[in-house]
Amino acid sequence: MSFDNAYESLIDHEDAHWAFGTGFTEALAGVDRDVPDVDRADLAAYCLMLGDDALVLSHRLAEWCSRAPELEEDVALANIALDLLGQARLLLTRAGEVEGEGRDEDALAFLRDERDFRNVHLAEIECGPFAGGDFATTVARLLVFSSWKIAQYSRLRGSADPVLAAVAAKGLKELAYHRDHAAQWVVRLGDGTDESHERMRAGIERVWPFLDELYAPHPVETRLAGVAVDPAELRSEVDGVLDAVLSAAGLTRPADVPAARVNGRAGRDGVHTESFGYLLAEMQHLHRSLPGAKW
Amino acid sequence: MVTATRTRTALEVAAQVRDPELPVLTLADLGVLRDVTEEDGRVSVTITPTYSGCPALDEMGADLRRSLLAAGFSAVDVRLSLAPAWTTDWISEDGLRKLREAGIAPPSRLGPRSTGPVPLNLTPPSQRVPCPRCGSFRTSELSRFGSTACKALRRCADCAEPFEHVKEI
Repeated sequence: MSFDNAYESLIDHEDAHWAFGTGFTEALAGVDRDVPDVDRADLAAYCLMLGDDALVLSHRLAEWCSRAPELEEDVALANIALDLLGQARLLLTRAGEVEGEGRDEDALAFLRDERDFRNVHLAEIECGPFAGGDFATTVARLLVFSSWKIAQYSRLRGSADPVLAAVAAKGLKELAYHRDHAAQWVVRLGDGTDESHERMRAGIERVWPFLDELYAPHPVETRLAGVAVDPAELRSEVDGVLDAVLSAAGLTRPADVPAARVNGRAGRDGVHTESFGYLLAEMQHLHRSLPGAKW
Repeated sequence: MVTATRTRTALEVAAQVRDPELPVLTLADLGVLRDVTEEDGRVSVTITPTYSGCPALDEMGADLRRSLLAAGFSAVDVRLSLAPAWTTDWISEDGLRKLREAGIAPPSRLGPRSTGPVPLNLTPPSQRVPCPRCGSFRTSELSRFGSTACKALRRCADCAEPFEHVKEI
């Protein structure tokens, strides 16, 4: 059976449409899912860290939907958010299956509380469109995040975990587009008018304290040699990229003053910033109010 | 002999299913149909997503299943593969032509790529993408991200029409 147009195929159909987690597709059906010979709890925790990074930034970018400075940008940020959401689905599904307690991607995304999330602070901080930032701050965050993820995923392609290696190889191509998009905006605004330069400078200053956490190895990452990437290895590559962009934008690299930790703990340990609870409230509200809801 | 015919039929039916977002292309043209096997009327189809978050994936699976069941197969198992990752180089020559005819600029061929550092592009690509309507090379990119994850939006300076471009990945 074939159709003359895409809409015809939507009629008379037994499956739920256009919503993740409701159709027949299990996110990893058919993918090579051998579990490498490492501690399963550690591997599940690592998949959660990576999955939460992607999920939380995806949500932050989606907040720009209908609020971006121009329609094309609205579409661009939503597309980037969608790529990250796709990566998050695969990573959370992997986390759930390695954990082995029956939690699927939805249970992990919507039914965990703040202290159980493992994303870095850079993904969660308010960078706009609401208080805490503006468009320049948002592209500053996206530049740093995607530069760091590219360095991480490049190495993760060689992971002993076949799912992580496959997600990284695929995600890398998407992240290259995200980084170019952010970098081009940083240059355009930094090298623009006095006003745009000042706002771009302020945006870079706002996100800079959150860089330090990106390179701090968590004990889980250290124990998973061969599967996980050591974040300390990524600093010089990411620095090189950020310096090239800042220089082209006529901006100065801010001093490294790391954001405070709580007893040495940060996002990877489940300690989050104040705005994160509000983000989760919005993201999880529908699923918790109407458990099992489908479109 | 009969089995071989049934397997070929399954492959032909699966190959004719159209992409929900680019309906001028079949899943085979797009290069997302990776494998079709058949045994005793039960078909297993493997597809791969274009982008990680491609929302059309569930739809493709549902369409494959429906088409194969309608063709008389008793069960359809849709599987996903992630590696190797999809690339626009897998769009067939026929697919490139169909895109052009539908007013969508097809991607250029990327060829083999290195596994080295990902190059940083600080200026929008100066790549020459001909206008699918008038053939002019005087076109510019309006936005890297278009109506779907896989398309950019461009405009032609000669015929003044905007058009979509399936961007290389």
